[in-house]
Amino acid sequence: MLLSEAAQGGGYFSLAPLLIGFPILGLLINLLFGRRMGERFSGVVASTAIALSFGVAVLQFLALRAHPEGARVLLAEWISIGQLTVPWALRMDTLSVAMSLMVTGVSTLIHIYAIGYMHEDVRFQGDPGRYTRFFIYFNLFVAAMMVLVSADNMLMLFVGWEGVGLCSYLLIGFWYEKGEKGIGNALAGKKAFVVNRIGDFGFLIAIFLTYWTFGTLEFGAIFHEIEVAGAELSGPLTLIAFFILLGVTGKSAQLPLYVWLPDAMAGPTPVSALIHAATMVTAGIYLITRNAALFSMAPAASNTVALVGALTALFAATIAVGQFDIKRVLAYSTISQLGFMVAAVGMGAYVAGMFHLIGHAFFKALLFLSAGSVIQGVEHGLHHADPHGHHDFDPNDMRNMGGLRSRMGITFWVFLIGGLALAGLPPLVGFFSKDEILAEASLLNRPVYFLLTVAAFFTAFYVGRQILMVFFGPARSKAAEHARENPPVITLPLIGLAILTVFGGLLNFPGLHTLTDWLEHTLPHVHAGEFKPAVAAISTLLALIALYLAWLLYGRRPMEAGHVDPLRRILGPVFVGMENKWWVDELYHALFVRPYVATARFLAETLDWRFWHDWFHDVVLAGTFNRLTHWLAWGFDLPVIDGAANGLADLVQGAAGKLRTLQTGYVRNYALSFFAGVVLVLSYLLFR
Amino acid sequence: MNLPTAYVLGLSALLFTMGALGVLIRRNTLVIFMSVELMLNAANLAFIAFARGAADLAGQVLVFFVIAVAAAEVAVGLALIVAIFRTKHSVDIDQINTLRG
Repeated sequence: MLLSEAAQGGGYFSLAPLLIGFPILGLLINLLFGRRMGERFSGVVASTAIALSFGVAVLQFLALRAHPEGARVLLAEWISIGQLTVPWALRMDTLSVAMSLMVTGVSTLIHIYAIGYMHEDVRFQGDPGRYTRFFIYFNLFVAAMMVLVSADNMLMLFVGWEGVGLCSYLLIGFWYEKGEKGIGNALAGKKAFVVNRIGDFGFLIAIFLTYWTFGTLEFGAIFHEIEVAGAELSGPLTLIAFFILLGVTGKSAQLPLYVWLPDAMAGPTPVSALIHAATMVTAGIYLITRNAALFSMAPAASNTVALVGALTALFAATIAVGQFDIKRVLAYSTISQLGFMVAAVGMGAYVAGMFHLIGHAFFKALLFLSAGSVIQGVEHGLHHADPHGHHDFDPNDMRNMGGLRSRMGITFWVFLIGGLALAGLPPLVGFFSKDEILAEASLLNRPVYFLLTVAAFFTAFYVGRQILMVFFGPARSKAAEHARENPPVITLPLIGLAILTVFGGLLNFPGLHTLTDWLEHTLPHVHAGEFKPAVAAISTLLALIALYLAWLLYGRRPMEAGHVDPLRRILGPVFVGMENKWWVDELYHALFVRPYVATARFLAETLDWRFWHDWFHDVVLAGTFNRLTHWLAWGFDLPVIDGAANGLADLVQGAAGKLRTLQTGYVRNYALSFFAGVVLVLSYLLFR
Repeated sequence: MNLPTAYVLGLSALLFTMGALGVLIRRNTLVIFMSVELMLNAANLAFIAFARGAADLAGQVLVFFVIAVAAAEVAVGLALIVAIFRTKHSVDIDQINTLRG
């Protein structure tokens, strides 16, 4: 074990439990007092809790600088059955602290943003109690995420994994009464939960297999075993890796389980930014990186991971091109970018994957929050233009926007920064992180490199399309005409994230390798990513071409209200496919949901109700019992039991009736009886 | 004079048998009553005979007891017969069967 115990490590390590403790404290305070104290209190408490958690993460960072080998902080014994011991222990190493910093840092900004955003939400949607509930869920999410990140064993990681899944479900369905037919959002939450469950099942199997193979669930011990046993274990390791991959495809929204993420946009925008873009969905990438030692011993699984990631990256990017909902574009973009990361960690480029994960957290959170700002600006405009009507107006639809650049200046600039980072233009963080992945791919895996490059091209195109549709051209609705900028509580976090996006590239600047050196202490066989000018030039050039193409289509002659998308004219049915998400949802519906529902209905109505209930229970069990009791009552109880009792009584009665005739009342008879008796007794005495 | 005990006992048995037959056969309650007295005295006679034969006075003492009991019995019995006669206006034993089952 490389990890020293906390007592010997830096003093700050003993504070690690507060990473989880502060969010839980915040949520408890809000749970107990939030409703009474009102909006401001709830928001401030929740944000402060996360900010304190971030402070703890910074302290962990400082402690790690002194003791880069990390520490293990034991909280409590949890499970102890025979050989199996699973404690609550936090693993503070460079990887988990890097994740903690990112999660708590981005969370803090999004919490502050949510104070403003949810205030508007309550104003527009009513029900003030939701405000507190939102922040309780939000804090719970951060707590679960910190459990996931800092877990020292697989089972504890699974607790966090399920915890964030639960919060995701709760927050997707936060506006549970809204959506299609009044249950659309609830259905989206259910879908996310069920699809994630499929992935969780894979992860759970992986945990069982890990215990079966190694007899422990502790990361340190597992990695040590792998180092010692090496190639002998390649069979079980590959199996474990494949099942982990199944878990990753669920949580990190990869093919084929990505379908829940676009629907998850039904939740409030801060949720989309925090959970469904920046943090929770990266849990899968974190899981693979955490198990880097395992995956490096399972090349078959790793290659599959890389291929899944690359295919997802391209597939989702094509769908994003055809979407009109501002958040859905970003959702598919998130899936695509997660594909980049998964491809990176699959190829063994763990640092590149983590770098992109952190960079993506910055700019995708920025994009989502800006999108939320846009939506709220448009909603303002809607209320200004027509305070009562327009209930069928969709403030998320980019076709209803346009020309917001002049009316929402700050939002435009930060969205532009985020978008260009997503497109991968220098000197923003997206350029460096994506380029590092591409450079690694060009060395390690050619097909993946090719797929990712094409995906990057599409990425730049849909980013250009989105920015041009939202911010340029004429306003295509009254609401967009009257849109206005949001207050500083919303714009300031955006500026903060924009700064991070601009300077995030310094985190692992080519030649400096700060992140690489940092993660080297935890990850095995890490090598500094090589900066390949050719790769960078190609990807930048492609991005510029894509942006130019987007300008040609959407910028030169801006879309007018009611016009069809110009891309539809060019691509025809291909665009229809993109717009309809390649009918994957319909395919899944036909392949899995419908048969499943039919099977469930058959099981419920025919097997359970008609067979088990109507026939087996009512006819066989109840019928037999009824017949048996009927027979017992009329065939046995009455004739036999009652008959015996009554017969005895009748017998006694009859006998008594006969015997009473002996009592003649004539004294002579009695005297004769005496006489006879005396004669008998005497005869007996005489002749015995 | 030395009369053998057996003779006296024979007489006693004869008297007792007559008494018993009287009780069983006669219908007049008073006659039945007298028959009972006859049986009692037959028993007394047997006592006397044995007492003399065994030269033991205990038998004679018992006879006094029997006579005393018989006197009491006669008092009660006659009272009963009078009471019955008052209600039934008859002393025929066959009429007195109210306790028939």
